[in-house]
Amino acid sequence: LHFNHLIMQTTTATQLDDGSMEEEIGELRRSHPKSLAGGDFTLCDAFYFCKKGIESIVEDQVTQRFTSEELASWNLLTRTNNNFHYISVRVTIIWGLGVFIRYCILLPLRVTLAVLGLSWLVIGTTLVGLLPHSNVKTWISDLIHVTCYRICARALSARIRYHNKENHPKKGGICVANHTSPIDIVILANDGCYAMVGQIHGGLMGVIQRSMVRSCPHVWFERSEMKDRHAVAKRLKDHVADKTKQPILIFPEGTCINNTSVMMFKKGSFDIGATIYPVAIKYDPQFGDAFWNSGKYNMVSYLLRMMTSWAIVCNVWYLPPMSLQDGEDAVHFANRVKSAIARQGGLVDLFWDGGLKREKVKESYKEEQQKMYSSMIVGQD
Amino acid sequence: RWRLFSDLLYKHNFSEIIQRASKIFVSHSQITRLYSRFHSLDKGENGALSREDFQRIPELAINPLGDRIINAFFPEGEDQVNFRGFMRTLAHFRPVEDNEKNKDPSAGEPLNSRNNKLLFAFRLYDLDRDDKISRDELLQVLRMMVGVNISDEQLGSIADRTIQEADTNGDMCISFSEFIKVLEKVDVEQKMSIRFLH
Repeated sequence: LHFNHLIMQTTTATQLDDGSMEEEIGELRRSHPKSLAGGDFTLCDAFYFCKKGIESIVEDQVTQRFTSEELASWNLLTRTNNNFHYISVRVTIIWGLGVFIRYCILLPLRVTLAVLGLSWLVIGTTLVGLLPHSNVKTWISDLIHVTCYRICARALSARIRYHNKENHPKKGGICVANHTSPIDIVILANDGCYAMVGQIHGGLMGVIQRSMVRSCPHVWFERSEMKDRHAVAKRLKDHVADKTKQPILIFPEGTCINNTSVMMFKKGSFDIGATIYPVAIKYDPQFGDAFWNSGKYNMVSYLLRMMTSWAIVCNVWYLPPMSLQDGEDAVHFANRVKSAIARQGGLVDLFWDGGLKREKVKESYKEEQQKMYSSMIVGQD
Repeated sequence: RWRLFSDLLYKHNFSEIIQRASKIFVSHSQITRLYSRFHSLDKGENGALSREDFQRIPELAINPLGDRIINAFFPEGEDQVNFRGFMRTLAHFRPVEDNEKNKDPSAGEPLNSRNNKLLFAFRLYDLDRDDKISRDELLQVLRMMVGVNISDEQLGSIADRTIQEADTNGDMCISFSEFIKVLEKVDVEQKMSIRFLH
């Protein structure tokens, strides 16, 4: 049962006695006289659940993933100033200088670049959209997209290193990656063209989306369409079947996680039957925290924070392509891909659902624990 | 998070918190870490935790005894717990070895003594705080731990057998001293302690 794994992932602030429910309760009972009549319950069984509960109160594996990672040493940004307090006048002066540089020099430069990059995208793709379908059109469209993303990457002072480029996602495949922020798209698209998937927004985002789709096919959904899983799956299938279209980029976690772990992958994209190209993205938090805490910051304040950091430094690893194996179901396949990404990026591999950011946990996990405990006291049925 | 620090430094007189807290938890860094955790759980930012704040922790929400554990933090009839109460409850789970570092003869029995750890566990069962675990109370906790997987009859006979084994004065309930006697060989210090690192 993989939920046992779920409960026992090691933490840093408390040291777990890492045993399964059976081992721990077994140890508790060893010192207790064994019962004779049916039913193997002892009063100290409650200690196991009590201890696990208290450990999760002191530190749990899930809630920490939805806030920014803590740094070991301060990087002169007050936003990461959790456990550092006033040290000396000199440090404060250096910090003040940093603020001036970041807000008065770097920020205006970066905003200018970002505006240039996005305008280039909108104008360029609209113009290309006027051309008839041809190889030239595709080539120009790719060029425009990549140029825009490169300009945007400069706007964030992003320093990206790509590893294993030979595994770069190919047409007709689906690229999956761990999700930390909307900037992931810029990071990946700097090195190739992808077909994006997502909901059509209003406002500026909508303008960008609509112009992008004029020059090359992306998969944009209306809000109502997103609910219909079959319709979504069909459109994705049609896209990957067409070998002239770019690989689809999908973030199966469905929400932004703080880049210390990879959370549950939704199985939808693994059910299509296409080749999966896993990609691991790991940001170095020392120069700037890329995580978007959407509960705390809206898009604009998030971008402002990005553009007033020192830099965005990250590593991208392209992993060898994976496909559904015989007899494997989509959930198992999704977990396999997730583990590969976690291993490569040095991230914690969690079974928890990123949706727990906003929703309550499923009762079925509690029921599984109750079932396991029951079988311990009355034996297998 | 910056506000957390300005809170600590200017509003709540951090050194006073540390001083009072160090009677409960010795290490400065442990206290800071727990305060940081308390603050991150306190979504309403009002300096106190409610039951909902605890239930937001998924691992606790799926713990069969989750509600009872959460209950242990709230004093009789209250639905808010402040940082001091939070620490006091967690202090029961400090390892016993920690006491070696802080020998204060006037402090009385420390919260994390074997006795107090057992009392904490006893109170998980004894919901009405009448210092006895009745058959009903035992059945309630059993039902929480097994869910729907065991029939009422079977659970009833398990409860009866447990009380029979422990009950020495024939009142069909388990008192605290009977509870201690039954568990005298169990390594309570290890099983009811967690390591608060750094």
